Amino acid sequence: MTSLPSHPTGKTLGLVIDLDTCVGCHACAVACKEWNTGGHMAPLPDRDPYGPNPSGVWFNRVHSFEVDGPGGGRTVHFPRSCLHCAEPECVTVCPTGASYKRAEDGIVLIDEDKCIGCKLCSWACPYGAREFDDDAGVMKKCTLCIDRIYNDNLEVVDRVPACVAVCPVSARHFGDLGDPRSEVSRLVAERGGRDLMPELGYKPVNKYLPPRPRKSVLPAGGGTRESTAGATGVLGWLDRMLSR
Amino acid sequence: MHPALSVIVFTVASGAGYGMLIIVSALSLLGWSRPVIDQGIAARWHGIAELVVALGMAGLGLFASTFHLGRRERAWRAFSQWRSSWLSREGIVSLATFAPALAFAWVRYTEGVVRGPWQLAPAGCLAGAVATLVCTGMIYASLKPIRQWRDPRVVPAYVALALASGAVMTLLVGWAFGAPPNAALTAFAVAALIGAAAVKLSYWRAIDRGRSASTTASAIGLNEATSARLLDPPHTGTNYLLEEMGFRVARKHALTLRRAALVVGFVLPAILVVVAHAAGALAVAVAVVANLVGTAIERWLFFAEATHTVTLYYGARAV
Repeated sequence: MTSLPSHPTGKTLGLVIDLDTCVGCHACAVACKEWNTGGHMAPLPDRDPYGPNPSGVWFNRVHSFEVDGPGGGRTVHFPRSCLHCAEPECVTVCPTGASYKRAEDGIVLIDEDKCIGCKLCSWACPYGAREFDDDAGVMKKCTLCIDRIYNDNLEVVDRVPACVAVCPVSARHFGDLGDPRSEVSRLVAERGGRDLMPELGYKPVNKYLPPRPRKSVLPAGGGTRESTAGATGVLGWLDRMLSR
Repeated sequence: MHPALSVIVFTVASGAGYGMLIIVSALSLLGWSRPVIDQGIAARWHGIAELVVALGMAGLGLFASTFHLGRRERAWRAFSQWRSSWLSREGIVSLATFAPALAFAWVRYTEGVVRGPWQLAPAGCLAGAVATLVCTGMIYASLKPIRQWRDPRVVPAYVALALASGAVMTLLVGWAFGAPPNAALTAFAVAALIGAAAVKLSYWRAIDRGRSASTTASAIGLNEATSARLLDPPHTGTNYLLEEMGFRVARKHALTLRRAALVVGFVLPAILVVVAHAAGALAVAVAVVANLVGTAIERWLFFAEATHTVTLYYGARAV
């Protein structure tokens, strides 16, 4: 059923990604690929993996940007994956009911046995969260590691998405964004968590924490140097050498 | 957006087929179809041939569309989600229209003239064919990430181009069955061709002026940034997103192709259908071929010129 669930429980699982701490190491992308090529949507195609033109399906990809703004220029590493939107048009456009949003926790999933591979959902997603598997002829996407987060065979500490578990700088947080008292909700409130492309109205669940304002190394005005005019002899020579 | 051959064949052929069905049904409802009683066997087969050609083109298009699917054998599942999906609605309405169309053909075969309650058959065809074309347009017009498809001219363009193709094809079937030259239908065909060209010109002007509200900065959630530029892409090779959504067409080629679509698809057929009154059936046959080729060029451009917001993550300056 591709109409959106009408009686959501309020539980809204998702990720909070800290753009201030992400170092762009791609560990989340690799861990995601590794887990999911054996997980719920397995296998993920891999064409020419060790050759000159590798291609294949990944649920998570890290883009690095140069961003200029009021706080000065900086590099922002940006991990991109499914945002499990509250208004996911990838779900409503699906003609078969293969694409659906779970009422119990808001996770957006694909029933691979119903997918006809029309690709319309990937056109409807502004974020590029869906990639087509041309081996199986069906669409694939992030499952929020549904096979980890509810997995009783794992230690409680490991019941988080693979990307969150692996992040070496703890830039990725997993939790219930529908509960205002949850740790992830507090993070979003404290740090001013952002929606991606809010103008399109998909109401993404995942939030991105913007880079913190940078402390300037130089004093206001860029700092002034003491005048060394009039230095002669050894001091003059030193001044010239050090000024180079 | 990647212009897939299967989708171009589908929308051009089924557009022409349903457009023709609209015209043939409307002529029948208005009582302007060729009278069969006085003119014997050719006229009766003329009426049936109109429906065979219209349904043949529609069916050819629908068949081509299944080649776009990763799992064709499951295509029947697409009829289930009409509550939310324009693609599902299109599938249902396009096939359902075959029921009144086959009844229409049956009455034309047995009775020759469509009268009384049998008028429901062409009426059903008319409603179903219009609904199919609107659904096709809405599949595209409902996609928010693609600015060029969100345009309010997209649905009128699908209907107008279908009527133009349908009118020219209806004329050709008439010539093939030795019907007397139909001035009213010729005038309608010229008007439909000019109308289609006008909608496309207005559409191209609009998409050239428009800009998406989405930028690279909004795509990464940093709206306050004065500039955001891709420094490192996530992968060195290509992927599905770049091949499907990252299709690019050189600006100068786009302009050449727009002119080609206008001249070959609309201007030339409009001249030919008028000339046909003196020059004969061959001119109409050329008009049909030119119109379908021009419409295919237009449809290729409809995809090739559409930009998707996901390209903002891969270095596009704007969408």
